[in-house]
Amino acid sequence: MSESEVRVINGNYAAAEAVRLVDVDVIAAYPITPQTPVVEYLSEFIANGELDAEFIHVESEHSAISAVIGASATGVRVFTATASQGLALMHEVLFIASGMRLPIVMAVANRALSAPINIWCDHSDAMAQRDACWIQLYCESNQEILDTIIQAYRIAEHEDVLLPVMVCFDGFTLSHTLEPVEIPPKEKVQEFVGEFEPTHCRLDPEEPMTLGPVGGPDCYMEFKKMQDEAMKEAERVIGEVNREFADEFGRSYGNGLVEEYNTEDADYIVIAMGSVCGTVKHVIDEERPDVGLIRVKSYRPFPGEQIAEIIQDREGVVTIDRAHSYGAMPPLWTDVKAHAPDVEISSTIAGLGGRDIRPEDVLKAIEVAEKGKGTDEPVWINVNA
Amino acid sequence: MGGRKPRLPIPEEELLAPGHRACAGCGSALCVRLCLKALGKNTIVVTSTGCIEVTTTPYPETAWKVPWIHVAFENAAAVASGVERALKALGKDDVTVAVFAGDGGTVDIGFQALSGMVERGHNVVYICYDNEAYMNTGVQRSGATPPYAATTTTPAGKVWRGEMRPKKDVPRIMVDHGVPYVATACVSFPQDLIKKVKKAKKVDGPAYVHVLCPCPPGWGYDSSETIEIGELAVETGMWVLYEVEDGEFRLTYRPKERKPVEEYLKRQKRFQHLTEDEIEEIQRMVDEQWEELEKLAEK
Repeated sequence: MSESEVRVINGNYAAAEAVRLVDVDVIAAYPITPQTPVVEYLSEFIANGELDAEFIHVESEHSAISAVIGASATGVRVFTATASQGLALMHEVLFIASGMRLPIVMAVANRALSAPINIWCDHSDAMAQRDACWIQLYCESNQEILDTIIQAYRIAEHEDVLLPVMVCFDGFTLSHTLEPVEIPPKEKVQEFVGEFEPTHCRLDPEEPMTLGPVGGPDCYMEFKKMQDEAMKEAERVIGEVNREFADEFGRSYGNGLVEEYNTEDADYIVIAMGSVCGTVKHVIDEERPDVGLIRVKSYRPFPGEQIAEIIQDREGVVTIDRAHSYGAMPPLWTDVKAHAPDVEISSTIAGLGGRDIRPEDVLKAIEVAEKGKGTDEPVWINVNA
Repeated sequence: MGGRKPRLPIPEEELLAPGHRACAGCGSALCVRLCLKALGKNTIVVTSTGCIEVTTTPYPETAWKVPWIHVAFENAAAVASGVERALKALGKDDVTVAVFAGDGGTVDIGFQALSGMVERGHNVVYICYDNEAYMNTGVQRSGATPPYAATTTTPAGKVWRGEMRPKKDVPRIMVDHGVPYVATACVSFPQDLIKKVKKAKKVDGPAYVHVLCPCPPGWGYDSSETIEIGELAVETGMWVLYEVEDGEFRLTYRPKERKPVEEYLKRQKRFQHLTEDEIEEIQRMVDEQWEELEKLAEK
């Protein structure tokens, strides 16, 4: 078996490389900043014979997700990628992909939503899809993008799960930034993901199935409850796949759902997602050894009980949201609070539309927790009055 | 119906089971039943949201004896694109992929996906069952509603006289997309329809068949009269049967003597409000269209 290779690549390339290693059969994607290079790299792989896949040059993201639904239901591995407005355009169909229990994997290079139009990073796009019954995994590094996409196929296709997976990574901060990434040999990845053999949902004239029927008041709730149960199963499966991946490839990301950093004796806890976690770790290392970080890798399913346990008996807890639920509290805060109603949790909003979240901004967020502010309305960090 | 050619045998095997929930006399259900006979068992069907999807698949029942998928209203052509490419990836080159979408799902909300699918050249037989309005939601106008037809969103009143725009000519737009096989058909002419769908199936690339499907509740006539109403549409020239193979236009049925449009219009509630002048205007429009098509046929 050939050896792993370390290459300096951007996050988009890491995503495309993972798709090549998994050897996906059908790709349908539409270009949108900052995801565009994913589509370009995959096209290059196919053009050069490095990836034997069908590429559908769809005329919209709505058709991209629709085409991969058709392909997945026909019994092949599929991939698509998008961001921002593209993800919003898919909205309607996302619910159908999960309702049909299709193990689709999609990369999302997180970007703000219009208006005003803005191509830079925040998490508004994926947060707006949080109730679509897609597993949402957030990455902190380019290595994690590659590893998570490989894992995503195992999670999505697991018979106890059968749900689509969104692998989210911050636009530009990761998508366009070079980092060294260890690329495992293809044979090893192939062995890890195994064959795709769908049985529950497959279009085949030899054994006709009716997929996507009408479900009335007599059965709709049962279907939806089964989806929720599958999400709960996913919590276990994500952990299992993370461990198995660690055994095979020597890398893991916390327990697959949350990653703790310096939490053991920390007085204060920061809860965040995505690339900002690297900045938080830096602040902890350099200036605030009394602070710990909970990086939420799996936003759906949400490991609320685990988080609630970690944040007990601290001096202060603060969430950093890169999205907002206007007129209410931001999504990450809301999810944490729901599982820890007795814990005082401060809420901050930072980094919308690509505004940098600098170490001093992380310190400001910690300060919010120290002062016990932001518990009933979010504190906006680094915003002009 | 003197002008008809000798009848082709219609395959006996039924791939759409009885017991579905379509209305008595439903032209669209008949269209699907006939088209499936032409497409055969080795077919994967994609259906857009609409009458056919709703009436054939009340879980846990299904009327489909072939593999079938429904995803949403506007994306049947995109779903079919994915099915077709997946079959290619699996090396299954003997399976036909067919779409059944209504006029709303084709000429309006599904038009972009259709345009994309045919532009990319997917090997899919796209069949539009055209009942000339949004019948599933209770008769609202679509881009395929003919001029002066009253619907619930184009009612006939003092100011409005029913639908005020011409019917969107999607078959022609498909020809302009370079689709190698485009045909119009009507359920009242089953041999013609089956022949066309069989041709469409043989095409290597996209094929588009637009089928006029009379709708008893939407058009306002007795459910026993579907075939007759469809025949009158063709005999009056309100609906024309033709095919365009690799850009070559051919009328597949020419009424011996075109009947006055009034014979078609007066049979349907949706045209009951028309004045003599308005009927004359429709006659003029049909005459002009016929003349144009005759010229095309002569080329």
